[in-house]
Amino acid sequence: MTTTTSAVITTLAISVKGVTAGYGERAAISEVNLDLTSGSLTAIFGPNGGGKSTLLKCIAGLMQPWSGAIEVLGSPVGVHATRVAYVPQAEQVDWRFPVSVDEVVAMGRTPRIGPLGRIGVADRAAIDEALERVEMSNLASRQIGELSGGQRRRVFIARALAAEPEIYLLDEPVTGVDPVTQEKIMNILDAEAARGRTVIATTHDLACAAQRFHDVVALAGRVVVHGAAQLVLDREVLEKTYGGHLVPLAGGGVVLLDDPHHQHGAHEGHE
Amino acid sequence: MNPIDFLLSPLAYDFFVRALVASALVGVACAVIGSFVVLKGMSFIGDAVSHAAFPGIVIAYMLGLPIILGGAVASIVTALGIGALTRRSGLRSDSIIGVLFAGMFALGVALFSSIPNYVGDLFHFLFGDVLGISVSDLLALSLLVLILLLVVRVLWKELLFATFDPLGAGAAGLPVRRLDDLLLILIAVTIVISLQAVGIVLVVAMITTPAATAQMLVQRFGKMISTAALIGVVSAVAGLYLSYALDLASGAAIVLVETTLFLLVLFVTSLRGHRAA
Repeated sequence: MTTTTSAVITTLAISVKGVTAGYGERAAISEVNLDLTSGSLTAIFGPNGGGKSTLLKCIAGLMQPWSGAIEVLGSPVGVHATRVAYVPQAEQVDWRFPVSVDEVVAMGRTPRIGPLGRIGVADRAAIDEALERVEMSNLASRQIGELSGGQRRRVFIARALAAEPEIYLLDEPVTGVDPVTQEKIMNILDAEAARGRTVIATTHDLACAAQRFHDVVALAGRVVVHGAAQLVLDREVLEKTYGGHLVPLAGGGVVLLDDPHHQHGAHEGHE
Repeated sequence: MNPIDFLLSPLAYDFFVRALVASALVGVACAVIGSFVVLKGMSFIGDAVSHAAFPGIVIAYMLGLPIILGGAVASIVTALGIGALTRRSGLRSDSIIGVLFAGMFALGVALFSSIPNYVGDLFHFLFGDVLGISVSDLLALSLLVLILLLVVRVLWKELLFATFDPLGAGAAGLPVRRLDDLLLILIAVTIVISLQAVGIVLVVAMITTPAATAQMLVQRFGKMISTAALIGVVSAVAGLYLSYALDLASGAAIVLVETTLFLLVLFVTSLRGHRAA
C-alpha cells in the first residue's frame, strides 16, 4: 500500500517536541521529538531504562515532562483525554482485585458516562462488542485473577476498545503472551489502525515489531531512529539502540541479549 | 436469664439503644471506606490519620471548641499532608506516614500532659465510649454517615476505576489525584465519626478488618462492600452485647468480634484453599 492510494487522510495525531522527562534526578528520555500520524501502528522498542514507558506515560498525561511540549489530537495533553485509551503493563495491575472481566471492560466507558450515570444501551453494546472481539464473552463473569496471562491481556485490550478512542497507548501488550494471543491482539490493533485510529505500543519483541507494525521508534534515552518497521532488523540501528547488549555471530548476524522483564530497582518498575 | 431476655433487657436503656445505632452506623461507614483502603493498601494511612486526630482533639478541648471539629481538622490536614509530601519529597509514602503518625500523636500527648487536671473526656477518645453518646452526637454522626455514603454512591464508578487502575483512569481523563485526595478526606471523616465508638487506637481495625474479611469471601467489589458492611454491623451489635454482659470496654469488644470473624474466615477459606491467587 502506498500513501497515494490510501483512502485515509492522514493528520498529525501526536506531536512530541523536545521532551525531557524522568524520575527523581535521572532523565529517562531527553530531547525526544516524534510526530505520529493518525492511522499509524507504531512499536517503540529499546533497552530497559531506555524510556519506552516514560514516553508513553508522558503522551498519556500520566507524567509531566521536565521540558518540551506534547500535543495530542492538536491540543495539549489532557484536553482530549477521553479519546485516549491507555493499557498498563500486566505487572502494574492487582489481579486479586475483586472485579469481573465485564466490570473491567465497562471501566472503558466510565469517563463517557460521568458521575451518577448508568451504563446505557450504547455503552452496553460497546462493552459486548469489545468482549466479542477479544473472544472473552464467555468468560465475562470471571474474576480477573482466574484468567490466564493471555486472557488478562485481552481483557485490557477490550477495555481500550470499549472506550472507542482515537489513540491507543499500550505498554507491552504482547509481552509474556502465547503466540496465538499475540496474533489475535495484533489483528485487532491492525484493524483499529486501518480505521484511522493511532496505535502506539512498547515492545521487547523485535520479530513482532518487524512483522506486525507499520513503523518503529528505537528509543535509548533519545530517539535513535523512527521509520519503517524493517529498521528493527537493521544491524546498525540495533547497535546504536542496544549498545553492549548485542553479541556478534560468526555468520555476520547479531544476537540481542535483552531481558524482557523489568528491573525493579529504585523506581519501582518504571522505566 | 433466657436468651430473649438477654437481648431485650439492655434495650430498656436509651443509652444502650443510642450506642447500638451509633455502632451500627460506624460499622457501615468503616466497611465502605475500608474496602477502598484495603484494596489500595492504605491501612497504615488509616492508622496515621486516626492518631493524628489526637492533637486536634486536645487543642479543641483547650480552646473550648467542639472536640469532633478539632479531630476532623487535624485528621484531614494530616491525610492531605501525607499525599502532598509523598508526591513532593521523593520518599516512599510509608516513611512519610511513619513520621507524621508519630509526630502528630506526640504533639497530642505533649499538649494533653500540659493540661493540669486529668480529663476523662479526652481519655475516652483514645479508647472510645459509645455508651456515652448523646442524642445530638448521634444525629451528627448519622448525617455524616449519610453524606459519606452519598459521595461514594455518586462517584462509585470513578472511585472504582481509579482504585483499580490509576494509570488507565488518569490517561482516560479521570481526575485521579483529586479522587485520591477525596478518598483521604473520606477516610479522615470516617475516622472522626468512629472515634466515639472505638477510639483513636482501635479505629483502624474497624476500617481494615471487615473489608479484609469480606475480600476473602467474595469476588466483586460491590459484594465486598455489602459483605463488609454486614460484618461491621453484626460485629458492632455483638460487641456491644458482649461489652454489656461481661462489662468490657465497648470499642475493644467490637474489635475483638471483628478479629475473631476474620480469623474464622481465614481458617475456613484456607481449608478450602480455593483462593490461590
